[in-house]
Amino acid sequence: MENEAGALSRVAGLFSARGYNIESLTVAPTEDETLSRMTIVTRGSDDVIEQITKQLNKLIDVVKVVDLSEAGHIERELMLVKVRAEGELREEMKRMSDIFRGRIVDVTEKTYIIELTGAGYKLDAFLEALDKSAILETVRTGASGIGRGDRILKV
Amino acid sequence: MELTGAEIVVRCLAEEGVEFVFGYPGGAVLNIYDEVFKQDKFKHVLVRHEQAAVHAADGYARATGRTGVALVTSGPGATNAVTGIATAYMDSIPLVVISGQVPTAVIGMDAFQEVDMVGITRPCVKHNFLVKDANDIAETLKKAFYIASTGRPGPVVVDIPKDVTQAKAEFAYPKKVAMRSYNPVIKGHTGQIKRAVQMILEAKRPMIYTGGGVVLSNAAEDLTRFTRLLGFPITNTLMGLGGYPATDPQFTGMLGMHGTYEANMAMQHCDVLIAIGARFDDRVIGNPEHFFQDGRRIIHIDIDPASIAKRVKVDVPIVGNVKDVLAEMTKLIQAAKEKPDQVALKTWWTQIELWRSRDCMKYDRSSSLIKPQYVIEKMYEVTRGEAYVTSDVGQHQMWAAQYYKFDQPRRWINSGGLGTMGFGLPAAMGAQFAHPDATVACVTGEGSIQMNIQELATCKQFNLPLKIVLLNNRYLGMVRQWQEFFYGNRYAESYMDALPDFVKLAESYGHVGMRIEKPEDVESALKEGFGPELKERLVFMNFITDRTENVCPMVPAGKGLSEMILV
Ligand SMILES: Cc1ncc(C[n+]2csc(CCOP(=O)(O)OP(=O)(O)O)c2C)c(N)n1
Repeated sequence: MENEAGALSRVAGLFSARGYNIESLTVAPTEDETLSRMTIVTRGSDDVIEQITKQLNKLIDVVKVVDLSEAGHIERELMLVKVRAEGELREEMKRMSDIFRGRIVDVTEKTYIIELTGAGYKLDAFLEALDKSAILETVRTGASGIGRGDRILKV
Repeated sequence: MELTGAEIVVRCLAEEGVEFVFGYPGGAVLNIYDEVFKQDKFKHVLVRHEQAAVHAADGYARATGRTGVALVTSGPGATNAVTGIATAYMDSIPLVVISGQVPTAVIGMDAFQEVDMVGITRPCVKHNFLVKDANDIAETLKKAFYIASTGRPGPVVVDIPKDVTQAKAEFAYPKKVAMRSYNPVIKGHTGQIKRAVQMILEAKRPMIYTGGGVVLSNAAEDLTRFTRLLGFPITNTLMGLGGYPATDPQFTGMLGMHGTYEANMAMQHCDVLIAIGARFDDRVIGNPEHFFQDGRRIIHIDIDPASIAKRVKVDVPIVGNVKDVLAEMTKLIQAAKEKPDQVALKTWWTQIELWRSRDCMKYDRSSSLIKPQYVIEKMYEVTRGEAYVTSDVGQHQMWAAQYYKFDQPRRWINSGGLGTMGFGLPAAMGAQFAHPDATVACVTGEGSIQMNIQELATCKQFNLPLKIVLLNNRYLGMVRQWQEFFYGNRYAESYMDALPDFVKLAESYGHVGMRIEKPEDVESALKEGFGPELKERLVFMNFITDRTENVCPMVPAGKGLSEMILV
């Protein structure tokens, strides 16, 4: 979409006004600074997704809409998790982070911050695998997506 | 040459060929008003409330097909305009609304008369802009007019901070706009059009159903040619009236909640439905589940892809300008070797005539009270069906739609989508400015007219000879009807007590007032009110009508089209 003030709120407003759910939404400028790219994760029947696509296309600031789930695509999300890292947990957390190919990016005597990237389900799985009481704080970016191979979204 | 932002605004409006700006001044737009004062390219109409400014611009747009323009100040001026903007949005009316804004330096500071106009109007505009630099004014206004009037039309708000109207910039009005993110489709897909024609030629029980899109795209003639060529029955929505001549025998009347028995039955029982510039609104098809109990194939032509397959599944979707698509389909049908099955069509018409013979719009003609339907029928006769008729919202609106036969588009002007009481009078002003020599009537209720009654002063100032036809039932009639039907006759707050003396009221504003109490006086009153003697005057005709009259037929909300309440 056009990298204009207010473009994000038009999209967010559309979803709430028409009762569509947003699971996540990410947005940032692209290499072309007049354009922003947004990835929205939503759920609905085919009819609902068709309506969402059409309604998004109707927004004047929206240049192009693609349903990534129609074909092969890569989905990635970044998560930062602050965990307790004392006593036995210190070794345990390090091990879990390694298994899930996370990175420990901050270390104190009592805590670690683990950085993890992947599809949403992988991040969910990581949280599932941790001892709940060890999780102090989590923050996730929401998914960014891109089509595989020759599928190129460009204006 | 360098001009101030305010000068640029005024020059842009002149470049667009704007004839009228409906507005109301205030602090944030004083610079613009100063330039309005100095120019003579367009006329500024001072209304008495900003809602009326937008409705008047809207009425002008509906009566002409051109883009209406309103100008309001920041804060309360802007919020007062919102109802008008939402009204235009729901009915896809092209408007450019310019609102003043507090200076850029204090935006976000809760400054005096600050309101986030772009935020408030976002869900009810086609698009909106906040102009932060005088250098951007010309291009923004050019885009605003372009967006408002192309594709599916709609209102566009341009919010301009006061300092931007003061700052200087080079002025050059762009000749063209190119927007990579906005390219409305005009021509329909040829393959789909061919499929549609094939389906039409195979139809045994066809029905044509058209809406406001036909009027908006100036396609009434194309629709008439298409429909006559096929000999199919046709119905119009509330917004589509006048898209096809109502006096033509192929016309089955309006459909929907207060549509005719024959139109609704034909809609329910057809085998091929050709929907043109209409959107299967809940007031039109009733309960969708019931609608789909009878199978039918649907062709849907609309300029807005999002209107297609929104409420119903469609067999042949055609995205495109209704006018162009109709012209192309007509050509293909003329060239086709086959014709629709004439025997089947004849049987279908026999069925429709049988439905029609129930005479669903009959009413008691021997009553000693004035029947509202009778007033509209007589008004139709007296004006020879040629008036521009605006209405407010309620029972009177439905009676006007049912009993005034519109043979031409843009003559019937009402708030169909938002259903805004208070729309009628200011919209009539807009229509009268557009057509100074035409007869413009406003059919209203005593509830609705009081929502913008102050505009009688504007009418006086500009000598607008409107004819106000008040169907005065001393009730918020449409509310009372629902309470009678669905709430056990408990008339909660629907009685209009303490009504003014409308004759005196009209006179105090400098107009002519009339009060009509008996059926036998209706015709003579209308002849006088619409007659040559009072041609130059606004006449306020207060008809004291039967207060218990209901609008029939009626499809109760949530019911199916063939489950009508008849008289
Ligand atoms: C601004 C606004 N408020 C409330 C309503 C709800 N409403 C719809 S019809 C109606 C009654 C209108 O009464 P009146 O203007 O007297 O017309 P009548 O139905 O009696 O012909 C009301 C209150 C509305 N449509 N618009």
